[in-house]
Amino acid sequence: MTLRVRSLAFLLAPWLVAFAAGAQPAAPTQLVPAQSEITFQVKQSGVPIDGRFRKFEAQLALDPKAPQGGSVTISVDTASATVGFAESDAELPRPSWFDSAKFPRAVFRSSAITGLGGGRFQAAGKLDLKGNPRDLVVPVTIVQIGAQSTASGEFVVRRLDFKIGEKEWADLSLVANDVRVRFKLVFTGLGPL
Amino acid sequence: MDDATTLPTTAAQSAYGTVAIVLHWSLAVLIVVAFFIGLTMVDLPFSPRRFRLFNWHKWIGIAVLLLSAARLLWRATGHPPPAPTGMPAWQLAAFRATHLVFYGLFFIVPLLGWAYTSAVGVPVVFLGWLPLPDFVARDKALGDEVLKPLHEAASWLLAAIVVVHVGAAFKHHFVDRDGLLVRMWPWWPSRSRA
Repeated sequence: MTLRVRSLAFLLAPWLVAFAAGAQPAAPTQLVPAQSEITFQVKQSGVPIDGRFRKFEAQLALDPKAPQGGSVTISVDTASATVGFAESDAELPRPSWFDSAKFPRAVFRSSAITGLGGGRFQAAGKLDLKGNPRDLVVPVTIVQIGAQSTASGEFVVRRLDFKIGEKEWADLSLVANDVRVRFKLVFTGLGPL
Repeated sequence: MDDATTLPTTAAQSAYGTVAIVLHWSLAVLIVVAFFIGLTMVDLPFSPRRFRLFNWHKWIGIAVLLLSAARLLWRATGHPPPAPTGMPAWQLAAFRATHLVFYGLFFIVPLLGWAYTSAVGVPVVFLGWLPLPDFVARDKALGDEVLKPLHEAASWLLAAIVVVHVGAAFKHHFVDRDGLLVRMWPWWPSRSRA
Protein backbone atom coordinates (compact mmCIF):
# COMPACT_ATOMS: atom_id res chain seq x y z
CA MET A 1 0.00 0.00 0.00
CA THR A 2 2.69 2.43 1.01
CA LEU A 3 4.63 1.38 -1.98
CA ARG A 4 1.66 2.05 -4.22
CA VAL A 5 1.05 5.51 -2.89
CA ARG A 6 4.70 6.38 -3.24
CA SER A 7 4.89 5.17 -6.83
CA LEU A 8 1.72 7.07 -7.67
CA ALA A 9 3.18 10.19 -6.19
CA PHE A 10 6.36 9.58 -8.11
CA LEU A 11 4.43 9.31 -11.36
CA LEU A 12 2.36 12.37 -10.69
CA ALA A 13 5.08 14.56 -9.28
CA PRO A 14 6.33 16.06 -12.57
CA TRP A 15 2.79 16.91 -13.61
CA LEU A 16 2.04 18.47 -10.27
CA VAL A 17 5.21 20.52 -10.50
CA ALA A 18 4.32 21.57 -14.02
CA PHE A 19 0.82 22.47 -12.93
CA ALA A 20 2.14 24.49 -10.02
CA ALA A 21 4.53 26.33 -12.36
CA GLY A 22 1.65 27.54 -14.50
CA ALA A 23 0.81 24.66 -16.85
CA GLN A 24 3.84 24.90 -19.12
CA PRO A 25 3.52 22.71 -22.20
CA ALA A 26 4.92 19.25 -21.68
CA ALA A 27 7.08 19.27 -24.86
CA PRO A 28 9.68 22.02 -25.13
CA THR A 29 9.45 24.40 -28.10
CA GLN A 30 11.63 22.99 -30.86
CA LEU A 31 12.79 24.35 -34.19
CA VAL A 32 12.06 22.24 -37.27
CA PRO A 33 15.19 23.09 -39.31
CA ALA A 34 14.11 21.29 -42.48
CA GLN A 35 11.09 23.55 -42.83
CA SER A 36 12.79 26.73 -41.67
CA GLU A 37 14.80 29.22 -43.65
CA ILE A 38 16.86 32.34 -43.16
CA THR A 39 17.53 34.18 -46.41
CA PHE A 40 19.12 37.49 -47.30
CA GLN A 41 19.14 39.81 -50.28
CA VAL A 42 21.75 42.40 -51.16
CA LYS A 43 22.03 44.51 -54.26
CA GLN A 44 25.16 44.37 -56.38
CA SER A 45 25.12 47.45 -58.65
CA GLY A 46 21.33 47.30 -58.50
CA VAL A 47 21.15 43.56 -59.16
CA PRO A 48 19.38 41.66 -56.37
CA ILE A 49 21.53 38.77 -55.13
CA ASP A 50 19.68 36.20 -53.03
CA GLY A 51 21.40 34.09 -50.44
CA ARG A 52 20.59 31.92 -47.49
CA PHE A 53 22.10 30.29 -44.43
CA ARG A 54 22.00 26.53 -44.51
CA LYS A 55 22.67 25.99 -40.80
CA PHE A 56 21.14 27.75 -37.84
CA GLU A 57 19.57 27.03 -34.49
CA ALA A 58 16.84 28.69 -32.49
CA GLN A 59 15.83 28.53 -28.85
CA LEU A 60 12.40 29.91 -28.16
CA ALA A 61 10.85 30.17 -24.73
CA LEU A 62 7.59 31.99 -25.23
CA ASP A 63 4.08 31.92 -23.94
CA PRO A 64 2.30 33.73 -26.77
CA LYS A 65 -0.34 34.82 -24.29
CA ALA A 66 2.26 36.41 -22.04
CA PRO A 67 5.11 37.33 -24.41
CA GLN A 68 6.86 39.84 -22.14
CA GLY A 69 8.45 37.02 -20.15
CA GLY A 70 9.69 35.18 -23.23
CA SER A 71 13.00 35.07 -24.97
CA VAL A 72 14.46 33.94 -28.25
CA THR A 73 18.00 33.20 -29.35
CA ILE A 74 18.89 32.58 -32.98
CA SER A 75 22.34 31.33 -33.78
CA VAL A 76 23.46 31.24 -37.40
CA ASP A 77 26.45 29.32 -38.74
CA THR A 78 28.16 32.03 -40.79
CA ALA A 79 30.15 29.53 -42.85
CA SER A 80 26.86 28.10 -44.13
CA ALA A 81 26.04 31.22 -46.16
CA THR A 82 25.41 30.59 -49.84
CA VAL A 83 24.41 32.81 -52.75
CA GLY A 84 24.32 29.95 -55.24
CA PHE A 85 27.67 30.59 -56.93
CA ALA A 86 30.58 28.36 -56.00
CA GLU A 87 33.20 31.10 -56.20
CA SER A 88 31.13 33.59 -54.19
CA ASP A 89 30.30 30.95 -51.59
CA ALA A 90 33.99 30.15 -51.23
CA GLU A 91 34.62 33.85 -50.60
CA LEU A 92 31.93 34.51 -47.98
CA PRO A 93 33.63 32.77 -44.99
CA ARG A 94 36.88 34.72 -45.62
CA PRO A 95 38.07 37.55 -43.36
CA SER A 96 36.74 40.34 -45.60
CA TRP A 97 33.20 38.98 -45.30
CA PHE A 98 31.96 36.84 -42.41
CA ASP A 99 35.42 35.79 -41.15
CA SER A 100 33.92 32.48 -40.11
CA ALA A 101 37.15 31.09 -38.69
CA LYS A 102 37.15 33.85 -36.07
CA PHE A 103 33.39 34.41 -35.83
CA PRO A 104 31.69 31.10 -36.63
CA ARG A 105 28.31 32.23 -35.34
CA ALA A 106 26.08 35.24 -35.69
CA VAL A 107 23.76 35.42 -32.70
CA PHE A 108 20.59 37.36 -32.11
CA ARG A 109 19.52 37.37 -28.46
CA SER A 110 16.28 39.04 -27.48
CA SER A 111 16.06 41.23 -24.42
CA ALA A 112 12.35 42.00 -24.65
CA ILE A 113 9.44 40.54 -26.59
CA THR A 114 6.31 42.63 -27.01
CA GLY A 115 2.96 41.34 -28.17
CA LEU A 116 1.22 43.55 -30.73
CA GLY A 117 -1.90 41.40 -31.07
CA GLY A 118 -3.12 39.25 -33.90
CA GLY A 119 -0.10 36.96 -33.75
CA ARG A 120 2.28 39.85 -34.23
CA PHE A 121 5.23 40.39 -31.96
CA GLN A 122 8.32 42.49 -31.70
CA ALA A 123 11.60 41.08 -30.48
CA ALA A 124 14.12 43.69 -29.38
CA GLY A 125 17.63 42.54 -28.71
CA LYS A 126 21.20 42.45 -29.91
CA LEU A 127 22.59 40.99 -33.07
CA ASP A 128 26.21 40.01 -32.61
CA LEU A 129 27.72 39.56 -36.04
CA LYS A 130 31.47 39.39 -36.69
CA GLY A 131 32.14 40.62 -33.17
CA ASN A 132 30.00 43.72 -33.62
CA PRO A 133 26.98 43.76 -31.30
CA ARG A 134 24.19 46.02 -32.51
CA ASP A 135 20.70 46.72 -31.22
CA LEU A 136 18.04 45.26 -33.44
CA VAL A 137 14.25 45.20 -33.37
CA VAL A 138 12.73 42.34 -35.29
CA PRO A 139 9.03 42.19 -36.20
CA VAL A 140 7.64 38.66 -36.04
CA THR A 141 4.33 37.20 -37.13
CA ILE A 142 3.35 33.80 -35.78
CA VAL A 143 0.87 31.63 -37.61
CA GLN A 144 -0.24 28.33 -36.12
CA ILE A 145 -1.46 25.37 -38.14
CA GLY A 146 -2.01 22.19 -36.17
CA ALA A 147 0.95 21.53 -33.91
CA GLN A 148 3.24 23.81 -35.94
CA SER A 149 3.90 27.46 -35.36
CA THR A 150 5.57 29.46 -38.11
CA ALA A 151 7.36 32.62 -37.04
CA SER A 152 8.24 34.83 -39.98
CA GLY A 153 9.40 38.34 -40.60
CA GLU A 154 12.03 40.50 -42.21
CA PHE A 155 14.34 43.30 -41.28
CA VAL A 156 17.14 45.30 -42.84
CA VAL A 157 20.68 45.51 -41.52
CA ARG A 158 23.52 47.61 -42.86
CA ARG A 159 26.43 45.38 -43.72
CA LEU A 160 29.08 47.97 -42.87
CA ASP A 161 27.71 48.22 -39.30
CA PHE A 162 29.07 44.71 -38.95
CA LYS A 163 32.13 45.10 -41.22
CA ILE A 164 30.74 42.58 -43.70
CA GLY A 165 32.68 43.31 -46.87
CA GLU A 166 35.85 45.10 -45.79
CA LYS A 167 38.61 46.99 -47.57
CA GLU A 168 38.03 47.00 -51.33
CA TRP A 169 34.57 45.48 -50.75
CA ALA A 170 33.46 48.39 -48.57
CA ASP A 171 32.53 50.28 -51.76
CA LEU A 172 28.77 50.73 -51.52
CA SER A 173 28.39 51.56 -55.20
CA LEU A 174 29.28 47.96 -55.91
CA VAL A 175 27.62 46.11 -53.02
CA ALA A 176 24.85 48.08 -51.33
CA ASN A 177 24.86 48.64 -47.58
CA ASP A 178 21.31 47.44 -46.97
CA VAL A 179 20.87 43.72 -46.57
CA ARG A 180 17.30 42.51 -46.29
CA VAL A 181 17.03 39.46 -44.06
CA ARG A 182 13.94 37.27 -44.21
CA PHE A 183 13.20 34.38 -41.91
CA LYS A 184 10.64 31.65 -41.60
CA LEU A 185 11.14 29.55 -38.52
CA VAL A 186 8.89 26.58 -37.91
CA PHE A 187 8.49 25.43 -34.31
CA THR A 188 6.68 22.64 -32.61
CA GLY A 189 5.53 22.75 -29.01
CA LEU A 190 4.67 26.45 -28.84
CA GLY A 191 1.63 27.31 -26.72
CA PRO A 192 -1.54 28.59 -28.39
CA LEU A 193 -1.74 32.22 -29.54
CA MET B 1 25.66 63.37 -96.32
CA ASP B 2 23.70 66.46 -97.29
CA ASP B 3 26.60 67.68 -99.37
CA ALA B 4 26.57 64.47 -101.36
CA THR B 5 23.99 65.85 -103.79
CA THR B 6 26.08 68.90 -104.56
CA LEU B 7 29.31 67.02 -105.04
CA PRO B 8 30.06 65.33 -108.30
CA THR B 9 32.52 62.59 -107.35
CA THR B 10 31.54 58.94 -106.94
CA ALA B 11 32.98 58.62 -103.45
CA ALA B 12 30.99 61.56 -102.08
CA GLN B 13 27.81 60.55 -103.86
CA SER B 14 27.98 57.09 -102.42
CA ALA B 15 28.99 58.13 -98.89
CA TYR B 16 27.04 56.98 -95.88
CA GLY B 17 24.95 59.56 -94.05
CA THR B 18 25.97 61.09 -90.72
CA VAL B 19 23.59 58.92 -88.70
CA ALA B 20 24.86 55.74 -90.34
CA ILE B 21 28.48 56.78 -89.75
CA VAL B 22 27.87 57.67 -86.09
CA LEU B 23 26.04 54.37 -85.49
CA HIS B 24 28.73 52.38 -87.30
CA TRP B 25 31.61 53.80 -85.29
CA SER B 26 29.92 53.91 -81.90
CA LEU B 27 28.89 50.27 -82.35
CA ALA B 28 32.36 49.38 -83.56
CA VAL B 29 33.91 50.85 -80.41
CA LEU B 30 31.30 49.32 -78.08
CA ILE B 31 31.58 45.86 -79.62
CA VAL B 32 35.38 45.82 -79.53
CA VAL B 33 35.44 47.10 -75.94
CA ALA B 34 32.76 44.59 -74.83
CA PHE B 35 34.73 41.78 -76.48
CA PHE B 36 37.97 42.59 -74.71
CA ILE B 37 36.25 43.24 -71.37
CA GLY B 38 34.61 39.83 -71.80
CA LEU B 39 37.96 38.16 -72.48
CA THR B 40 39.58 39.87 -69.49
CA MET B 41 36.84 39.51 -66.89
CA VAL B 42 36.39 35.75 -67.08
CA ASP B 43 39.97 35.14 -65.94
CA LEU B 44 39.87 37.60 -63.03
CA PRO B 45 39.72 36.30 -59.47
CA PHE B 46 36.72 37.18 -57.25
CA SER B 47 37.29 40.92 -56.82
CA PRO B 48 35.53 44.28 -57.16
CA ARG B 49 37.32 44.68 -60.50
CA ARG B 50 35.75 41.47 -61.78
CA PHE B 51 32.29 42.62 -60.68
CA ARG B 52 32.76 46.04 -62.29
CA LEU B 53 33.92 44.56 -65.58
CA PHE B 54 30.98 42.16 -65.63
CA ASN B 55 28.63 45.10 -65.05
CA TRP B 56 30.20 47.14 -67.82
CA HIS B 57 30.22 44.18 -70.17
CA LYS B 58 26.47 43.68 -69.65
CA TRP B 59 25.63 47.37 -69.91
CA ILE B 60 27.64 47.73 -73.12
CA GLY B 61 25.91 44.63 -74.48
CA ILE B 62 22.50 46.19 -73.87
CA ALA B 63 23.69 49.40 -75.52
CA VAL B 64 24.83 47.35 -78.54
CA LEU B 65 21.39 45.77 -78.70
CA LEU B 66 19.58 49.12 -78.57
CA LEU B 67 21.87 50.85 -81.03
CA SER B 68 21.71 47.88 -83.41
CA ALA B 69 17.91 48.03 -83.39
CA ALA B 70 18.10 51.75 -84.17
CA ARG B 71 20.67 51.06 -86.86
CA LEU B 72 18.60 48.33 -88.49
CA LEU B 73 15.56 50.63 -88.57
CA TRP B 74 17.65 53.42 -89.99
CA ARG B 75 19.07 51.13 -92.63
CA ALA B 76 15.62 49.76 -93.52
CA THR B 77 14.10 53.21 -93.93
CA GLY B 78 17.12 54.87 -95.55
CA HIS B 79 19.16 54.11 -98.60
CA PRO B 80 22.62 52.74 -97.96
CA PRO B 81 24.95 53.69 -100.81
CA PRO B 82 25.31 51.09 -103.54
CA ALA B 83 28.43 48.97 -103.95
CA PRO B 84 30.97 50.42 -106.37
CA THR B 85 30.37 49.44 -109.96
CA GLY B 86 32.70 46.84 -111.36
CA MET B 87 32.97 44.94 -108.07
CA PRO B 88 33.34 41.20 -108.76
CA ALA B 89 30.29 39.07 -108.03
CA TRP B 90 32.08 36.98 -105.38
CA GLN B 91 32.98 40.14 -103.47
CA LEU B 92 29.38 41.32 -103.60
CA ALA B 93 28.24 37.92 -102.34
CA ALA B 94 30.84 38.01 -99.55
CA PHE B 95 29.77 41.55 -98.67
CA ARG B 96 26.10 40.53 -98.42
CA ALA B 97 26.90 37.38 -96.43
CA THR B 98 29.17 39.09 -93.90
CA HIS B 99 26.71 41.94 -93.38
CA LEU B 100 23.80 39.57 -92.95
CA VAL B 101 25.74 37.58 -90.34
CA PHE B 102 26.94 40.87 -88.78
CA TYR B 103 23.41 42.13 -88.22
CA GLY B 104 22.30 38.74 -86.95
CA LEU B 105 25.17 38.63 -84.44
CA PHE B 106 24.62 42.24 -83.30
CA PHE B 107 21.41 40.90 -81.81
CA ILE B 108 22.26 37.26 -81.11
CA VAL B 109 25.44 37.88 -79.08
CA PRO B 110 23.91 40.35 -76.58
CA LEU B 111 20.64 38.40 -76.38
CA LEU B 112 22.54 35.19 -75.57
CA GLY B 113 24.51 37.05 -72.91
CA TRP B 114 21.33 38.49 -71.44
CA ALA B 115 19.66 35.07 -71.48
CA TYR B 116 22.73 33.48 -69.87
CA THR B 117 22.92 35.95 -66.99
CA SER B 118 19.16 35.71 -66.44
CA ALA B 119 19.32 31.92 -66.39
CA VAL B 120 22.05 31.84 -63.74
CA GLY B 121 20.09 34.28 -61.59
CA VAL B 122 21.93 37.56 -62.05
CA PRO B 123 19.43 39.68 -63.98
CA VAL B 124 20.62 42.72 -65.92
CA VAL B 125 20.10 46.10 -64.31
CA PHE B 126 21.10 48.53 -67.05
CA LEU B 127 23.65 51.05 -65.73
CA GLY B 128 22.79 49.82 -62.23
CA TRP B 129 19.52 51.69 -62.56
CA LEU B 130 17.02 50.06 -64.93
CA PRO B 131 16.07 46.45 -64.13
CA LEU B 132 15.51 44.52 -67.35
CA PRO B 133 13.11 41.60 -67.45
CA ASP B 134 14.30 38.00 -67.65
CA PHE B 135 13.14 36.38 -70.86
CA VAL B 136 14.39 32.97 -69.81
CA ALA B 137 13.54 31.32 -66.51
CA ARG B 138 16.15 30.67 -63.84
CA ASP B 139 17.93 27.48 -64.80
CA LYS B 140 21.56 27.43 -63.80
CA ALA B 141 22.38 24.32 -65.83
CA LEU B 142 20.83 25.82 -68.97
CA GLY B 143 22.83 29.01 -68.39
CA ASP B 144 26.18 27.43 -67.61
CA GLU B 145 26.07 24.52 -70.01
CA VAL B 146 24.14 25.86 -72.99
CA LEU B 147 23.77 29.65 -73.09
CA LYS B 148 27.27 30.54 -71.89
CA PRO B 149 29.10 28.43 -74.52
CA LEU B 150 26.71 29.72 -77.18
CA HIS B 151 27.34 33.34 -76.14
CA GLU B 152 31.09 32.71 -76.28
CA ALA B 153 30.97 30.93 -79.64
CA ALA B 154 28.79 33.66 -81.16
CA SER B 155 31.21 36.31 -79.82
CA TRP B 156 34.18 34.59 -81.44
CA LEU B 157 32.29 34.32 -84.72
CA LEU B 158 31.52 38.04 -84.50
CA ALA B 159 35.19 38.75 -83.79
CA ALA B 160 36.21 36.64 -86.81
CA ILE B 161 33.84 38.55 -89.08
CA VAL B 162 35.12 41.86 -87.71
CA VAL B 163 38.61 40.75 -88.77
CA VAL B 164 37.31 39.86 -92.26
CA HIS B 165 35.44 43.18 -92.44
CA VAL B 166 38.46 45.27 -91.40
CA GLY B 167 40.72 43.24 -93.69
CA ALA B 168 38.39 43.80 -96.65
CA ALA B 169 38.13 47.52 -95.91
CA PHE B 170 41.92 47.83 -95.83
CA LYS B 171 42.24 45.80 -99.03
CA HIS B 172 39.81 48.14 -100.78
CA HIS B 173 41.63 51.17 -99.47
CA PHE B 174 45.27 50.20 -99.87
CA VAL B 175 45.18 47.65 -102.68
CA ASP B 176 42.18 48.52 -104.82
CA ARG B 177 42.30 52.22 -103.90
CA ASP B 178 38.60 52.51 -104.75
CA GLY B 179 37.65 54.95 -101.99
CA LEU B 180 35.29 52.49 -100.30
CA LEU B 181 36.69 53.11 -96.82
CA VAL B 182 36.16 56.85 -97.23
CA ARG B 183 32.40 56.35 -97.46
CA MET B 184 32.35 55.36 -93.79
CA TRP B 185 35.36 57.32 -92.55
CA PRO B 186 34.16 60.21 -90.40
CA TRP B 187 37.05 62.64 -90.76
CA TRP B 188 38.64 61.79 -94.06
CA PRO B 189 40.17 64.99 -95.48
CA SER B 190 39.59 64.01 -99.09
CA ARG B 191 35.94 63.53 -98.35
CA SER B 192 35.22 67.21 -97.85
CA ARG B 193 37.58 68.08 -100.65
CA ALA B 194 36.03 65.62 -103.05
